[in-house]
Amino acid sequence: MLTVDKLTKVYKTGDKALTDVSFTVPKGQVVGLIGPSGAGKSTLIRCVNRLVEPTEGTVRLNDLDITRLRAGELRRARRRIGMIFQEYALVERLTVMENVLSGRLGYVPFWRSFTRRFPGEDIAKAFRLLDRVGLSAHADKRADALSGGQRQRVGIARALEQDPELLLVDEPTASLDPKTSRQIMRLIVEICRESGLPAIINIHDVVLAQQFADRIIGLQAGRVVFDGPATGLTEAVLTQIYGEEDWTAMRQAAAEDEAAEAEQRDEAKKMMRAL
Amino acid sequence: MTDTAAPVSPGVSPGPYPTRWKRPPQMIKSRFWRYALAIGALVWLVLALGTIEVNWQRVMVGMERGQRFIAGFLQPDFTTRWRDISTGLIESLTMTLTSTVVGVLISIPIGIGAARNVAPGWIYAICRGIIAVSRALQEIIVAIFFVALFGFGAFAGFLTLTFATIGFIGKLLAEDIEDIDESQAEAIRATGASWFQLINYAIQPQVMPRLIGLSLYRLDINFRESAVIGIVGAGGIGATLNTALNRYEYDSAGAVLLIIIAIVMISEYSSGYLRRWVQ
Repeated sequence: MLTVDKLTKVYKTGDKALTDVSFTVPKGQVVGLIGPSGAGKSTLIRCVNRLVEPTEGTVRLNDLDITRLRAGELRRARRRIGMIFQEYALVERLTVMENVLSGRLGYVPFWRSFTRRFPGEDIAKAFRLLDRVGLSAHADKRADALSGGQRQRVGIARALEQDPELLLVDEPTASLDPKTSRQIMRLIVEICRESGLPAIINIHDVVLAQQFADRIIGLQAGRVVFDGPATGLTEAVLTQIYGEEDWTAMRQAAAEDEAAEAEQRDEAKKMMRAL
Repeated sequence: MTDTAAPVSPGVSPGPYPTRWKRPPQMIKSRFWRYALAIGALVWLVLALGTIEVNWQRVMVGMERGQRFIAGFLQPDFTTRWRDISTGLIESLTMTLTSTVVGVLISIPIGIGAARNVAPGWIYAICRGIIAVSRALQEIIVAIFFVALFGFGAFAGFLTLTFATIGFIGKLLAEDIEDIDESQAEAIRATGASWFQLINYAIQPQVMPRLIGLSLYRLDINFRESAVIGIVGAGGIGATLNTALNRYEYDSAGAVLLIIIAIVMISEYSSGYLRRWVQ
């Protein structure tokens, strides 16, 4: 369980990125964090594992106050929090396998990671995860040889290799096409469901957020302006978060996208059967 | 005649817009100061040239020597002094390779320490200090110092080139580390990795090809420098060259110079090829 209490972040420049943000994420819940650019979504998610130092307030992961930890303790806490990034953030010149295994860095001593001699169970786990995300054939390729969707799958495998108790996901679909976006979101949510993993997903695409998240938190200028089930996202709420826009038309276009995708899937199934 | 006006591109109405445009002056806005500075610089140049004294008689004597030098260069003599040349050459190559290897090994920790994004403030200050000292002192000055300290010979040369390599590789490596893609480092940090693991997993893969390229580049700089510092007594092919020049044996000196040019060219081409290969 994650508890964020009265979190405030003021940058050195004086910009107030977050103001009194409080919420609780119970086990197994997938939270979609929506809001316009600059609303503080990225800052909020990075305050949870302290890639960004919060100014005030507390973050608790299962009764462990993350905001008070010292360097060594923070590293141990970080390995329990998996993170998936916007531009995948894979180490491009390392192999896919090394990228996945880097999820174990917090657990193994330096010499093991330096010589790439990870414990057998870590390696088995990495192979299993690569199989789960459909990339077992690519283990020895360099990360920069993969396509965008494949890279994000490696990113997901790396986060899961950590055995996380919480998943932080920062705009996982921002650099992907609509179809791949859906596949990636589906994969993330499926994995969370399988293992009862709570997740906070930053996402600027409202339709995707509604489709995949159990709960939506809306941020506007660093404040929580909406917190409720995905069905509660009415036109009025969206306008409050993002400003005036034709929401009905946007949803319609997205629904068409999805219908087309479903049709394609059926086609593919039919073809498989025919074969 | 009004309807035969010049053709107008669609969407652009022919309005009373200017047809001439000049780039506005960027640095000095005032026209007076622009001209004043230009004229001032010209006057200074002419006056400065006027103060150079040329001894034409000496130039004539020098021309003759220059001719002999070039003649020697055209008819290089590799054989007479071959023993000296080969000893000097081997000494230079040894000096070059050892100083590059040792220099690069020392400059890696210093370069990491001098990168603001991975090193704490006080380490940063110390490492930048070391780099600044190494870069401020020219090789010849350092060589004179080490020759005075350790005597004539290749050891002084080795120390000089190592010292110079630290400043060169340290600075460029530090700048390369500061230019890395931060998101990859952030991702590794988020896994709970320690500082050494961060360097090994996020920094090293990003800077390694360039570090190899820079080391190869430094290898051929060090060879060229070994010829120069030999002249002040730090051993190697430079010492051979110096001896040949002092004895007015321009044909042997020509041979030495040709060998230096050949080796620099070979290392230039092969390092270029290797750098493309490590990408």
